[in-house]
Amino acid sequence: MNQDKKVIEVRDMVKKFGDFTANDHLTFDVSEGEIFGFLGANGAGKTTALRILCGLSLPTSGEIRVAGYNIYTDREKIKKSIGYMSQKFSLYEDLKVYENIRFYAGIYGLGRKYIKERTEQLLERLRLQDVRNKLITELPLGWRQKLAFSVAIFHQPRIVFLDEPTGGVDPVTRRQFWDLIYQASHDGITVFVTTHYMDEAEYCDRVSIMDAGKIEAIDSPGGLKSTYNAKNMDEVFLSIAR
Amino acid sequence: MNLTSVEIREVSKNYADVLALNSISFQVERGELFGLIGPDGAGKTSLFRILTTLLLPDEGRAAVEGFDVDGDFREIRKIIGYMPGRFSLYQDLTVEENLSFYATVFGTTVEENYDLIKDIYIQIEPFKKRRAGKLSGGMKQKLALSCALIHKPRVLILDEPTTGVDAVSRKEFWEMLIRLKGSDLTILVSTPYMDEAELCDRVALLQDGKLLSVNTPSKIRDNYQQQLWALRAENMYRLKNDLAGYENTRSVFLFGRDLHITLKGGNTPEELHVWLEEMGHQQIHIEAIQPGVEDCFMELMSKEEQNQA
Repeated sequence: MNQDKKVIEVRDMVKKFGDFTANDHLTFDVSEGEIFGFLGANGAGKTTALRILCGLSLPTSGEIRVAGYNIYTDREKIKKSIGYMSQKFSLYEDLKVYENIRFYAGIYGLGRKYIKERTEQLLERLRLQDVRNKLITELPLGWRQKLAFSVAIFHQPRIVFLDEPTGGVDPVTRRQFWDLIYQASHDGITVFVTTHYMDEAEYCDRVSIMDAGKIEAIDSPGGLKSTYNAKNMDEVFLSIAR
Repeated sequence: MNLTSVEIREVSKNYADVLALNSISFQVERGELFGLIGPDGAGKTSLFRILTTLLLPDEGRAAVEGFDVDGDFREIRKIIGYMPGRFSLYQDLTVEENLSFYATVFGTTVEENYDLIKDIYIQIEPFKKRRAGKLSGGMKQKLALSCALIHKPRVLILDEPTTGVDAVSRKEFWEMLIRLKGSDLTILVSTPYMDEAELCDRVALLQDGKLLSVNTPSKIRDNYQQQLWALRAENMYRLKNDLAGYENTRSVFLFGRDLHITLKGGNTPEELHVWLEEMGHQQIHIEAIQPGVEDCFMELMSKEEQNQA
């Protein structure tokens, strides 16, 4: 992690829907290569913030830069600099494994020869060579999620946003997924992740916890545990969000 | 007196060439809070759809309160309450309309069984004129549970009620279930969250259509035959990678701030400590620990894989 280099800078971000304030003056930074856990109860405003940071929605006010680009004027550049994956939607089920990779890589404008080489490397690394011609629906969920993550960072984005990436995944695969996250972070990709698994919060460099539109706490897992005098992140979360 | 509430005997189910349930057998006693624990694709929903008479098994038999799922499906439907994984109340009916609809369908009234749902329903009563589709996730869940209970079922079947739900609502939901327990009501609940296993009287661990184990959470933990160590050091990323390549590592998994590791036969934590120091690790901390259900689940998964190989 390179703490001198901020890839996400958020100052006083506000998002209102009519009278309802979904994001109430959020202020935080995320460093290059950092694994940043973005936690909060259902309805706390996480998805709203995530959509703004991905360039899909504009805030009501606030100064926000993602990958160095201004959220108001350079949203197309932001989209090219980030990757995104969620549990709900990740890959096209009626495309084959290699077709999914080619499709995503193509969207980001990568060259044909380059895509071909990197696809081979990726399939080998994930040990998916034998299933390259299978439809996504034929893969077990865990394999799909690992592939989806690799596809989301195929274009080597500065930041990857992961929205509950491990929901419903078996415990072994869930950990293999985190191995991929660590690897990406090691390679300098910033990982911005939401999860309902509190043990996964411990794997993050820093964690923020939202409640009712505000960031109530932001620190390393160790720092949060000592501030809230808690033995694990589950207790920290419960004392903030309950 | 233990009476069998749910009996599943050698039940198998195929979808095309996928074996969703592979000869599953277990029993649930009356009044038990029984957990079906496993990831997506384990077969939890298929099993629940068989018990709720929405799906027939290809092989084997299943019975609920003595009624056969094939022959006696009408009786079963009267005595079970079912909360499917997907929110399936009427979105354009209000909270109270949904509740009275479900009561009427089962030939009863909200008043008659209000005691059973009072603790839960009271929390959403302020919103009783609101359409179900406009409720928050936590409130929807409480309404769905109320609707599943309003006809005073003998068996309550809850399919992943806490999936996608935050840690606070998850805890609240389990507190509701534990309060419901104790009467004659049998509760079957499925979940992919291993920590929820500890809250059940007994659990079935399920993976890829196979039953890994059926027991109380404490017996499952007792059956774990390895010595488990919790391990941390300053650089956890490097620690994990080094241990994955260490010749005496039997298994190593991330667990919150620690790694959980088992060593090959005859190897001591002292040797491990020395080796880690040689590798340049700092602030090494090794501690003997008791396994949780998640450790046991992963151990059983790897045994199952070895059996297949």
